[in-house]
Amino acid sequence: MRDRFNYEIETLKQRLLDLATAADHALVGALRAFAENDETGARTLVEADSAIDAEEVGIEEECLKLMALYQPVAGDLRLLVTILKINGELERAADLASGIAARTLDPEGQPEPGGERFDFSAMLSETHRMLRQALDAFVCHRPDLARRVIASDDAVDALHAATVRDVRRRLLQYPKQAGYTLGCLSISRALERIADIATNICEDVIYLEEGQIVRHAQRLDAPENIHEQHDSDR
Amino acid sequence: MTPEEPKIKIRARNLSFFYEGGHQALFENNLDIPEHRITAVIGPSGCGKSTHLRTYNRIYSLYRGQRAEGEVLLDGQNILDAKTDLLALRRRVGMIFQKPTPFPMSVFDNVAYPLRLHFRLSRSEVEARVEAALQGASLWDEVKDQLRKSGLALSGGQQQRLCIARAIAAEPEVLLMDEPTSAIDPVATLKIEDLVLRLRQRFTIVIVTHNMQQAARISDQTAFFYKGRIIETGPTQQLFTAPREKKTEEYITGRFG
Repeated sequence: MRDRFNYEIETLKQRLLDLATAADHALVGALRAFAENDETGARTLVEADSAIDAEEVGIEEECLKLMALYQPVAGDLRLLVTILKINGELERAADLASGIAARTLDPEGQPEPGGERFDFSAMLSETHRMLRQALDAFVCHRPDLARRVIASDDAVDALHAATVRDVRRRLLQYPKQAGYTLGCLSISRALERIADIATNICEDVIYLEEGQIVRHAQRLDAPENIHEQHDSDR
Repeated sequence: MTPEEPKIKIRARNLSFFYEGGHQALFENNLDIPEHRITAVIGPSGCGKSTHLRTYNRIYSLYRGQRAEGEVLLDGQNILDAKTDLLALRRRVGMIFQKPTPFPMSVFDNVAYPLRLHFRLSRSEVEARVEAALQGASLWDEVKDQLRKSGLALSGGQQQRLCIARAIAAEPEVLLMDEPTSAIDPVATLKIEDLVLRLRQRFTIVIVTHNMQQAARISDQTAFFYKGRIIETGPTQQLFTAPREKKTEEYITGRFG
């Protein structure tokens, strides 16, 4: 019985990691397609999102099946609950990535020829790193790494705040490029949210490893950041 | 004292137990049983969980050569003391066993038995208390028209509820249950679990169970025994979601035992 359960759990974990890889590819691909104005690539990514949605449902059903059949407790229960939650987080990350790809298909979404482009490389590399390390923390049972990733969320928030300031400036300076500028605002916000998703995954990993729900403690510890966040969104 | 911290009904202190020939089954265990709460005792076979339970009403005293050391304080009184009135103790601390043990007499007489043993009551008082006990054990509706039928003629689940009725008729303060559902089917088991949850308001309940889900479903606190020692005690929800001890984790997730 125990062997069978272990086998099922390992298979499920592998499916979750494959989903994570798909979400990560979608993110990197979406930014590349937008930067290169690659409509074909963008369309492929938008269409691929439905496969990710389907896999998310499949993983959830598998989690529910294992919960019903094996009635897991303790570490087993926390693992299944964590997989269920990470699964949902990854699907949302993939959705946001798909939204970024869709900006490429917006007829007013690109700057005028020779116009100044936003540079998302720093934000992308931070978000991408956070997402990857969140999954590493899950796979390698490393709550310490999860805590480091959570701490690094502030850097992405700061980059997003900088983009917001830049957007304000450019809307006044280049009103004809408003479509592009506003599209970039939503891309920046999507990246910032994906970093939040990585943070959520890390909080789930801490719960998995230590049995402690740290979610709200984290938020309560950083009230100033919340205000900054709201200011930057205004 | 806050409502969240109930009074401790039973305190086991440095409790050790020896079977005939000196075999030690329990090793200086401490356990607090809160009043009007359900405490589940879990652990693999032979871990000492039933032995521990059996000290709470000194039922082991029926067997030659068995002895307990340490203290079991029931409302502060050490019941291991030689001067303890065992009949009075067993009225205060009732017990339900793994297999239903109805006496070979009618349903009515089974429940009336402890009433006649412990109290001096009129016939109408006995009848009223038998009905109340059968109601309390969720059995009244099923047997009210066959009170003269033999207790042995009931189904397994009904027999177990009859034993619960018999136990609660004596108006005990504590109910000990030693795997009360291991010999009955899942539907009857759920009935008994519902019953145990209802009885919690009136009695302090300690239940030994092999059924982990049962412990998780019905108890407020859980104690995990292993090789005669209490490895971990804690609120049931915490013990089943995030146990502190590795041994507990291994046992409840089925990695051994």
